[in-house]
Order: sequence, then C-alpha cells, then structure tokens
Amino acid sequence: MNLLTVSGSPHVYTEQSVSKIMYGVLLSLIPAALVSFYFFGLAAILVTLTAIVSCLFFEFIIQKYLIKGPVTIFDGSAIITGALLAFIVPASLPLWMVVIGSLVAIGMAKMTFGGLGKNIFNPALVGRVFLMISFPVEMNMYPKPTTLSTQLTDIISGPTPLAVVKEGVAQGEKVSDLMPQVPEYVDLLMGNMGGSVGEISAIAILLGGIYMLIKKIITWEIPASYLGSVVIFAGALWLINPEVYVDPMFHLVTGGLMLGALYMATDMVTSPMSRWGMIIYGIGCGFLTIVIRIFGAYPEGVAFAILIMNAFVPLINSGFKPQRFGEEVKNG
Amino acid sequence: MKTFKLGGVHPPENKLSQNAPIEVLALPETVAIPISQHLGVPANPVVKKGDTVKAGQLIAKGEAFISANIHASVSGTVQKIDDIVDSSGYRKKAIVIKTEGDVWEEGIDMSTDLIKEITLTPEEIVTRINEKGIVGMGGATFPSHVKLMVPQGKKAEYLIINGVECEPYLTSDHRLMLEKAEEMLVGIQIQMKALKVEKAIIGIENNKPDAIEHIRKLLPSYPGISVEPLKVKYPQGGEKQLIKALVNREVPSGKLPIEVGCVVHNVGTAFAVYEAVQKNKPLVERVVTVTGKAVKQPSNFMVRIGTPIAALLEAAGGLPENTGKVVNGGPMMGKAITDISAPVTKGTSGILLFEKQASSRKPVHNCIRCARCASICAMGLEPYLLAVLADNKRYEDCEAERIMDCIECGSCLYICPSGRPLLDQIRVGKNQVGKIMRARNQ
Repeated sequence: MNLLTVSGSPHVYTEQSVSKIMYGVLLSLIPAALVSFYFFGLAAILVTLTAIVSCLFFEFIIQKYLIKGPVTIFDGSAIITGALLAFIVPASLPLWMVVIGSLVAIGMAKMTFGGLGKNIFNPALVGRVFLMISFPVEMNMYPKPTTLSTQLTDIISGPTPLAVVKEGVAQGEKVSDLMPQVPEYVDLLMGNMGGSVGEISAIAILLGGIYMLIKKIITWEIPASYLGSVVIFAGALWLINPEVYVDPMFHLVTGGLMLGALYMATDMVTSPMSRWGMIIYGIGCGFLTIVIRIFGAYPEGVAFAILIMNAFVPLINSGFKPQRFGEEVKNG
Repeated sequence: MKTFKLGGVHPPENKLSQNAPIEVLALPETVAIPISQHLGVPANPVVKKGDTVKAGQLIAKGEAFISANIHASVSGTVQKIDDIVDSSGYRKKAIVIKTEGDVWEEGIDMSTDLIKEITLTPEEIVTRINEKGIVGMGGATFPSHVKLMVPQGKKAEYLIINGVECEPYLTSDHRLMLEKAEEMLVGIQIQMKALKVEKAIIGIENNKPDAIEHIRKLLPSYPGISVEPLKVKYPQGGEKQLIKALVNREVPSGKLPIEVGCVVHNVGTAFAVYEAVQKNKPLVERVVTVTGKAVKQPSNFMVRIGTPIAALLEAAGGLPENTGKVVNGGPMMGKAITDISAPVTKGTSGILLFEKQASSRKPVHNCIRCARCASICAMGLEPYLLAVLADNKRYEDCEAERIMDCIECGSCLYICPSGRPLLDQIRVGKNQVGKIMRARNQ
C-alpha cells in the first residue's frame, strides 16, 4: 500500500494566502487609481507604472543577485509598494525620481530588513519621505486637476488646499477668508483638487477601504481610531478658534489622510498585533498628523505621523497584549 | 444565540456522514486492545497468552488513581500480549484476542430496554464507572470517575454536557444524540446524582437542529436537564470555551473547570455511563465516524474497541485509491496515522481520509504580521510570538506569555495565510516549558 503523509494537526487550512491578501489590496486601489487617471491624465498613469515596474525590478535584482535566495516578486507586496509610492507623489514628478523613490522603498526600507514581513517602516512612506527631503522643489509642485489630460510638460501646478490654509493662517489671514481659495467640499470629497497621484479622492479611497473591510483584509480598529482621533483633535482646536484652525471635515478630505488611514497605517507588517495596540497606534497617528499639520513645518503630516508610530510598534506590542482567557474571572 | 467570546474560526463543516445511521460493524477476526487508551497510567494485564475470555471481561486493571480498566471487546482466545503500532504511531503494549463467537460475561444486560430508574448511590455510581473503564469519549480520554469525584472544598453546580461536536466532518456525537438520546439523558441523570448537582446543560451547535429538537421533546421527563443551542464556532467543544458559552464563567489559567463549579462530560461519555450503570456493561464499543471527500459511503459505525481501522475503511467502501492521509479524529485536532492496521481505541471518534492533493500543508512564507492568529486565538494568546519564542528556545519567555494555556485547537495554523507551522513550534515550546515546570516543582 502507498505511504501515508503524517503531519501535526490541524489538517485543513484556510484558502487565504499572502498573495490573495496582496492582490485583494491591489484590487481595492482601482477606484482611487481611476479617479487620479481622470484628473491627472497620462502623467499619473506613467508615474504609477514606473513605480510598480521599478519596485518589481529592484526586488528581483536584490533577491536574485544580492541575497541569492528565492525570488518572490509576484507575491504582490512589491506591486503594492510601487502603487502606494506612486499614489503619494505628485503626478508631475520626473520619472527618474520615481525610480529612485522605488529603490529606497524596496532596497532600503524593505529588503535590508529581510524582505516581506521583516521591515519596521512602511516602504512606500520611506520612499516618499526620502524624495521629499532630496527633491523638495519637485515634491512640492502639485499639478492642478484637469480632465483626462495627455500633457506631460508645462503642467500648471499650484499649492494643495492644505498648503493654502496653512500659509494663509501663518500670514495672519482668517480661515473664513481663505476658504474661497480652496475647492468646495464636494470637489474635495471627489478628488477635484491639487495633490499626490492617488490620494485626492476621499470617496474612492473609502470605497477601497470598505472593500478591504468586507474581505477582512484590514480590520476597523486602525482606520477608525486614526480618523476618529483626527476629528477629535482637529475639532477641539476648531472649537477653540475657528478663524485660526480649520474645521475637522477639511482635515478628513484633504491631503493624504484617507489614503494614510486606510492603506498606510493599516499595513499589517508595520502595525500592532492586538486590538488595543491598534487603537492606541491609530490615536497616535491621528494626534501626530494634526500636530504636524497645524504646528509643524510641513502642511501635510500623514507620512511622518505614520512612520513615527511605526517606530513605536514593538513597544506597543509588548505593552498591549490581547485579552487573555481566564485572566479576569467573571462569574455570572 | 450563545457562543464563547474570545476568538474562534469557521472551518468548512463538511458533515458528510450526518445522515448515515449508526451501523453495527461486523466482528473483526482479531482485536488488538492497547493497555493504555486513556490519559494516565497504563493498565496492568490480568490475562495471559492462551486464556479464553468473554466479551466484557476485565483483561487489564487500572491500578493507579488516574488510570482505567480495560475489558475484552470480543470473546475468544488471547493470542499474544505484545507491542503493536497504535494510532499515535508509537509502539504500545496491547492484548490481541482472536475472535470466537460472541459470548458475553454474565451479568451484562444485553437487551435494548430503557432502564430509567437509578438505584445506585452516588458512591456506587463512581465505583461502577471506575470498574467499567469509562473514559472521556470526546478524545481526551480522561478517566471519567476521577471527574465525578469533586475535590474537597470545591462544589459542583453545573454538569455541562458537550454535544457541540465542533470538529468538521465528525458526526458520531450527532448520531448518538439522535439515536440514543434517552439512554444519554439517563446517563446525564446518573452523573448528576453522582455529582449531587441540580442542573445539567447540554450544549449543541445549531448546525444540528434535528438533535436539538429531538432532545428538547424528551426533556419534560428529565427534570434539571436543559438544552442550549450554540452558534457554530470552532473550538466551542473545548471545555473552557463551552463553559464560557453556556454559563459565562472563565476557568482561570492553569485551573480545572471545577474551579468555577462546572464538570464537563461528552455526550458519548453520558451514553457509556448509562450502559455501565444501568446495564452493567463496560466500555467495549463506541461510535466511530468514517468520512472524507473521497470516501464512497461516509458512515457512522458502532465498533468494538481494538478493531483494526482498515476494517472500518473496508465497510465504508474501501480505501480510496489516491488517499494521502488518514487521520484519527477530526481535521483540526486529529492525529495523522502511519498504519491503517492500528486499532480503534476508546478515544477514536472518527477516521478521516484526505486525498493526496489535500494531504500536504501550504507552502511556508514569511510572517506578514497580519495578526490573524492573535485575533482568532480562543485563549487570547499570541501564536506568532509563542512560535518565535519557542523556535529561539526562549522558554522562560514562553511561560510568561502563557504558552501552557494553549489548548492546541489548531486554529492559528488553520488561519495563517503564510502557512507557518505555528502550532508545531508551540507544541515544542509547551513540551520544554512543561519539563522546566516539573523540574521546578521537584
């Protein structure tokens, strides 16, 4: 008779796999991608493709020739890093800079730590911050949204709504006088504003987020605590003085907050493991985002806020354990 | 509907044999009865090669406090007392009997009449259950009489009857509840009398509505017993999870259910208790599910202990050609066996076959720290962390992270998208931590 396989229990396994999770995330990014292609045209498509291809290329090169280990570029994680990196840079960014950003994201932030699952910081955010520090001019020129543009040069750029408000307030202007200079809330929600490639449409990103929640790719704790704490902190300041501090709704729909809360902060690898850990982490992200946006040097604080909280994750993991069974004896 | 709170998974149920009535399997030519089929000290053989035995006759005596008597399951001649490979894959001593006829020991009531009146005193009940070699039929095979003796200073309030059968595929408890419900209910009353408790709750997952309905109808003549339908969630059949689900009490870490006033017994055990006390019949047969996607006739058999597993497979339509794995028990906690000539023992609830393509694990990838294992752990542990700590031989840290609380339900390995061998590493860690703890206590 033929030999039997012997292995420890259990003998059945979930259908879920790493690549299914990763491709699920990619699928959920489609609405945001479509909106950005609509408003930023060909330039956005080129930036996205360049980032994805270079991330795959660098991961391949490093795995094959530097580590000389198995090549796992099609597990989907490098594609996500590429797509997310593209989503948080301006559509007008020269493509060679996108390539450098990809190299930093994959090479420095991911592979040096040992590849998938080992990195401390979110690779795409590290790539963006590197570009922001290295190429401050190009990284601060945000093209104005048009419709299905194929233009690649002489793109008209302007400040993002967040920058308009921040600079205006710094020069002593009142928030109520500044608001006519930024798009209406409906436009902000739909994504009709200046900003990075994929971060502009809060609605499209929310759709993707809801898909990920339904598919159980992410859980509610981090997005809810992140967005909730932004509303609370920004709301408190706004209540103190609405002429100096813009209302919390504005914070929610502008900049990279939605993308950050649903895609960057929820990155499994770099976020905490327990429910309470996730909530604390989300609140920390929200707090730091508002502190940087309002009191920091940059108009936008999502990238730094998440990276700083990434650094706290090991500490959060050892401080916030899951609720153990039989720890509190409840008799009733 | 009630269920336990912390964690849990939903593996596909695949109860293929749930509509197959219990069939009595033909007597095998020989039986091999291991002298250790229970948790605790092996029993000592009291027969020798060449002896003639009757079915139901004592052949090995459990002499330690935690041990159990072993009885002949068939009548015939003792062929040898020798090591055989049992379903755990280890060589263990067994008494091999060649079947001759089907003659039963005197004093055993072989009729199918239901005897409701309980004449024995609580002490006599415990003695009888001990004599008849009854052990937990859910799989852990802990000697039942020990559980019915409440330690001094503790008080039992509830008898919890485990009819959850949360393991996918298995249906032996389900069929027993449908076909032997009255016997089981009398068995529960016997256990209530022994424990001196007023209340017994039968927990049944609501994927068995027919069993819930059937028992409910019978309940009026069995005061003190109630049935509670439970939301399907694995591992609800774990006794700590079941107690939490039914009476909302948490057994403290490292303690037994009696700490919160509960004693948990399986429905199969309740039936065995009935037979031992009312019929004077020792535990020599049990219901075994034979199932699997490629099995021709997924079945439930009433099988004599010691019957080779191969005989059950034959009766269920033969061993399918491309069988890759044979599991003793359910898919979540069962043990893969090496040899289908291994015998059925008191703890064998099912034989599950997997086709070759379903016999291997998923390829292993890096941990992506998705936290699924931590969020589904029914004991609130962090399997990813315990696995890494155990792998790095950091056993003190394992203990501090409460590795000994792990009930080895397998949910973490089931859910892991990276296919990591979490439970394997945790088992190694538990083993080492157990050694350290024993050394400390000496």
